Amino acid sequence: MVVGGLVALMLINPDTAFSTMLDGSRQAINLCVELWAVYAVWLGVLKIIEDTGLDKVFGKILQPIIRMLFPGVDEYAANQIAINITSNILGMGNACTPSGINAIAGMDKGGNTITTNMSLLVIFNTTNIQLIPTTIIGIRILHGSLNASSIIFPTIITSLSTLLIGIILAKICGKVFLKGDN
Amino acid sequence: MSAYFIPMLIVALVVYSVYKRNNAYKSFVSGAKSSFELVLTTFPYIVAILVAVALYQKSGLNVYVANAIAPVLQVVGIPVELTELIVLKNFTGGGSFAILENIYATYGVDTYIGKCASVVMASSEAIFYITAVYFSKTKIEKFKYLIPLALFMNILSAIIACWVCRFV
Repeated sequence: MVVGGLVALMLINPDTAFSTMLDGSRQAINLCVELWAVYAVWLGVLKIIEDTGLDKVFGKILQPIIRMLFPGVDEYAANQIAINITSNILGMGNACTPSGINAIAGMDKGGNTITTNMSLLVIFNTTNIQLIPTTIIGIRILHGSLNASSIIFPTIITSLSTLLIGIILAKICGKVFLKGDN
Repeated sequence: MSAYFIPMLIVALVVYSVYKRNNAYKSFVSGAKSSFELVLTTFPYIVAILVAVALYQKSGLNVYVANAIAPVLQVVGIPVELTELIVLKNFTGGGSFAILENIYATYGVDTYIGKCASVVMASSEAIFYITAVYFSKTKIEKFKYLIPLALFMNILSAIIACWVCRFV
């Protein structure tokens, strides 16, 4: 994509090529500052959850499901997966990221190939499963929607059905493509 | 209602922390401190993705790609108007908000197109972003089937979204 974009820009308007890259980089810095704000507060809250042992409580409640979906993960990774899935369901957006990174790191055994469990967590996050899509509803209201929350039901149906299909496909792909790797 | 949810959760958490005789303030500060490291780890990946997206859009490649994919998407029931949103949504959630707002402004929020766009946006995630960031602490390089599968899932979710929206 970078090379394609660069070549196309050189043919049309070479002056803008480098400034466009800088624009992208500037956006990245803005986004990171925003993310930093979210991470700082959220990691602070997560640390309280961890230090009070609440993450283990979450982990215990979701344990049966997580053990079934993610066989063989250790306790730390299971707790992080529990937090990641919970914050997804609560619609916390970027606040899901820290626990997602921790969960993947917790499943990592130092190899260079993904595992079925890791791909499953990524699929979980791509389907963006959430109870109430607050951000989108907010934008809809801003744009004068008369029935902003009408998308809740279709969103849940869509997320749930893709999640179910996604879990099945991730399991099958893991069996087929990761033979001997894990 | 939902506005109270997260603040209440945090108040409850602090109360629970006091009950457990844990220093909530100390925990919070040490957690917040680790955000610095997290941003540093994820920053390079975010730069790479956003530079690529900026080039992709500025060069006009997005128009060619949209034109190429639109007929295929139409066959599976996705309106042409959503093509760019669906393509860009794979790379960046933040960047695709601009396209979503553009769709609202052009076609209306409460129209079929507007609803489809909302549901597509709410029920999928930027997979390239997630994959790059989530694996940033590991040495994993071989993603095997993951990206194609996640891409397929995003298209599938768009198909289901456009289908469900016909009945709402």
